[in-house]
Amino acid sequence: MYSHGSESLIKQAREIQDSELQKFYSRLVKLLQGKELGYETVDSLQRLHLILSANKYIRTLPPELQRRLQSLLSSPAEQFQVLSSAVLRETLPPAAHSGNYSQENIVQLNSHAAALLLSQAGSRADVSSLCSQLLRGLESRQSEGPTNSLTHTLPILNTILTHNLECLTEDHVTLLSKKLVDWLRYASILQGGGASSGGFFTGPRSRQPVPIAELDGTVSGDFFTVLCVGQSFTEDQWMNVFSFSALRHWLLTYHSVSNGNGTADTAHRLQLSLSHSHSFSNDDRSEVDGSVVSMVSVTSSSSRLLPPKERLREKSFQYCQRLIEQSDRKAHKKSDADLQKACLVEAVCILDCVCEEDASLVFRAFPCIKALFGRLSSDLSFARVLLPIAQFYLNHGEMAAVDCGSVWALVFARFPAELFNDPFLAHELLRFLRLNLESLQHRVPQYTHSFPNLLKFLAWDSPAVVDDFVDLLPSLVTAGTAVELLHTLLDLPCLSATLVLQVRSTCLPISEQSGRGLLSLDAFRSASFRGLFLFLLRGEAGSGDTIDRLSTLHELLVETADWPRVVQCAQTVPVLLHIFFNTVITVADEKLLAHLILVMLERSSLLLNIPKYNKEIHRVFSSHLLRLCKLHPSLVMDQSHELLEFSGATANVYSKEELYTHVVWVLGEYLSVSCDSRCSVTLITSCFEALEAVLFEITSSAPPPGTDCPAPRVVTTLMSALAKLASRSHDLIPRVSLFLSKLRTVTRGGSVAWCSDEEDLVAIVTRGEELWSLLKAPGVAQSVLTPPAHVTTPQWHRDTNVALPLRLRTLTNLTHSH
Amino acid sequence: MVRCFLIHTVCPVSALGAGESRALYCRVFGPDESLFTDQEREFSPEERRVLQREQTAVVARQVRSAASLSRGAAGRLLMEALPGEEALALQEADSGVLRLRAGDPFPEEMSALWLGVQSLGFTLVCEPHENLLLAEGTLRTLTRHCLEHLHLLGPGSEILLRSDRIDALLSRLLPHGQLLFLNHRFAHSLEKEVAAYMTK
Repeated sequence: MYSHGSESLIKQAREIQDSELQKFYSRLVKLLQGKELGYETVDSLQRLHLILSANKYIRTLPPELQRRLQSLLSSPAEQFQVLSSAVLRETLPPAAHSGNYSQENIVQLNSHAAALLLSQAGSRADVSSLCSQLLRGLESRQSEGPTNSLTHTLPILNTILTHNLECLTEDHVTLLSKKLVDWLRYASILQGGGASSGGFFTGPRSRQPVPIAELDGTVSGDFFTVLCVGQSFTEDQWMNVFSFSALRHWLLTYHSVSNGNGTADTAHRLQLSLSHSHSFSNDDRSEVDGSVVSMVSVTSSSSRLLPPKERLREKSFQYCQRLIEQSDRKAHKKSDADLQKACLVEAVCILDCVCEEDASLVFRAFPCIKALFGRLSSDLSFARVLLPIAQFYLNHGEMAAVDCGSVWALVFARFPAELFNDPFLAHELLRFLRLNLESLQHRVPQYTHSFPNLLKFLAWDSPAVVDDFVDLLPSLVTAGTAVELLHTLLDLPCLSATLVLQVRSTCLPISEQSGRGLLSLDAFRSASFRGLFLFLLRGEAGSGDTIDRLSTLHELLVETADWPRVVQCAQTVPVLLHIFFNTVITVADEKLLAHLILVMLERSSLLLNIPKYNKEIHRVFSSHLLRLCKLHPSLVMDQSHELLEFSGATANVYSKEELYTHVVWVLGEYLSVSCDSRCSVTLITSCFEALEAVLFEITSSAPPPGTDCPAPRVVTTLMSALAKLASRSHDLIPRVSLFLSKLRTVTRGGSVAWCSDEEDLVAIVTRGEELWSLLKAPGVAQSVLTPPAHVTTPQWHRDTNVALPLRLRTLTNLTHSH
Repeated sequence: MVRCFLIHTVCPVSALGAGESRALYCRVFGPDESLFTDQEREFSPEERRVLQREQTAVVARQVRSAASLSRGAAGRLLMEALPGEEALALQEADSGVLRLRAGDPFPEEMSALWLGVQSLGFTLVCEPHENLLLAEGTLRTLTRHCLEHLHLLGPGSEILLRSDRIDALLSRLLPHGQLLFLNHRFAHSLEKEVAAYMTK
């Protein structure tokens, strides 16, 4: 592992003095001049690499050294190729770098030199020219360079195409497609040269060519694929592996190149149908030579007449079908069983890809995909293979008129419920949802209702998937789900704890008293609380927004509040709540918003007691309460009863300061005839009385034992709210004035029990005096405290012609210009 | 395609201050992507290198956080494996996958697969549509070879001084960032080549 020695090496490499470095360079040049390159050279090159790579900024090597290193790239010893390539990758490319190689045939260029060339390409043009060189190398296959030097060509081409499609021409696409068909479909079905390494009794018979085998050991009866084994492999079998590995990327890529080039393809087909001889002599060497008649390709005996791109599609189709067949065989090795799964994923993705391009293949592919789904759907260890299958159903199910119900039952019900703790499945499933959001919302009604299940991924591993949910959550918020979703989000930490308990209870036998006796685990197992936990673990929305005995549940889970998983989960809830509220105002009517305000008030005291969690949630509630009321001021009137009840409870001043302050502010601001004509004098008075009682209570005595003094902000907000209400119902003015004058008298003594900070007290009293003097002129007070709409949302600044700053600027320009 | 392969520290190590981490090996495949983004001006080679460094450092930091959060959540104690117990260390390794949003730090979205073996993280940054099942297998194989051939469980510094071994390994098992479908016979024959390289 990482030791102090390693750290000091990095430090040395970073702090090396220039003079020392120059000496090191010249010693290395001397070494490289020698005939025999020995251990010392290797060691020096390794150190040089460390020095260069440990520094963030690039260094320039002396030209002589650079030249020596370049010539080392074609050294016969691989270690020197590797080292010189690695060192040169860390340096600046010499000005005419690529020129040095352009003369050489790129096929001769070894993989390490090519890597250098690629990483130091300085422009798109460099990369494009490298790309066409590589393609030319592929074309000149008859000139018979050893084929294994071709193996690195496909990966390099692939990595170039990732970035830059422009370097491909239609001819290139044709060429590469033809080559891929050859390698994929017509690789040798006999084992490579080393097959005769038999035992003691091997006679001349074993020299006979040995056919390749399937993973279960039986002799292979069809064409070669990556799931075929032998003692050793021929060159074209290696190319088969490289071709299949690069195939999907290529199909995706040429798909985008061919956009707009469709006519060329058709033209080619026409030309072919006119001159069969052409295609036989040139294109179909392998089809003629090929000795294998494939089981899966009987339907396509005429495929040789297809243009290259379509032919590649056809061959890819056959290859994937064969892989799917082969994956049913029992592999002897675990690594091969894993490979079978990876091949299934790839095969289904490729089938999806070719069907996307050629819809007529959908009907040929579906029987195979359906059979595969039938074979795997009951085995959750194949979940990650089933996801691409689901993608296939989603993309093509409608066209083939196939029932997708059982697919969605897996994806939305079983996967999240049973595999929530598989990080890779979570990643892939959520990505699947993100990519297909629109069609899922459209075509899969279960989607929005499966949020209790989907949120299990979040509850289990919040940090890893919160990013996905930031994108997904808005799609789950609908008028129908909003209330239940809000409750579910608030109880997400409980779900997190419950999932931990679920995992533990399956891991630990009931009899075992492991370490500390977990009360929550006992509760989880107890029949009397079963319903509570089952509600949290429900898979679908719609069985009720929340439960009655929520506080019981929170008590049962109290010991989980410091579990890291639960804490991590709790930290993500505020973010998600913000997203929830931001979305809900776009989908909800006023009735629903009123309901949500009720939920906020109710749930503000019904949360799992995690340090800071309650405070954070109250903060989110506060800011959105404000937004909702600003948007629909009549909400305050609708919910006045509950808001009054909340603001009349003195205990809320201490336990929910943030939310309490905002509720009071909202009442003071929006309980007014100008916001809602239903607002009566009686209502204003009763609101006034409730707030007055609380203000009187908190400013006449010390806070209850164990709680802090009320925040100054609460006190001033209460005072302002009272003044606002009084300005709307002038009978109340004397009562406020009396209170405010009393306040001044009381605080004249200096200190009071309910405010420990002197400055705060001064600020409170000042505010009181301001309000008091304002209320002395009721008409002014009303226009200041309840300003008409055109004052609070002034329009005139928006008028560019009369805006004051503009006029000032013009005047300034005029006066200062000369 | 795989965009890069990284080896870096993941949890507090005694040789480093809290919050510090080191990238011990970093290999970015393919041409520099800044060549192909429509930037207003072209980057100089120096700038490209700094940019690339910063990108991989961001990945390493994100993986470090992900690994420490995941270890925290699982509440497992870190087990110390000794040289010779590579298989055990690999079996006990934590693993996960991160979504790297477009622009943070790569121009396009990427998936970062990571494997945490004690204080070291092994990370593959792949294109998100890549076959992650295959990538996971490849990452495990690469990690196993690195642990064995660079004696990473011991106190030595071979990872810094013998990084060419990783280059050679990658050129076989992940050539130019291409994930390969290798059955055990193909893998065996490549691993023989790798072993031959290591004995030099």
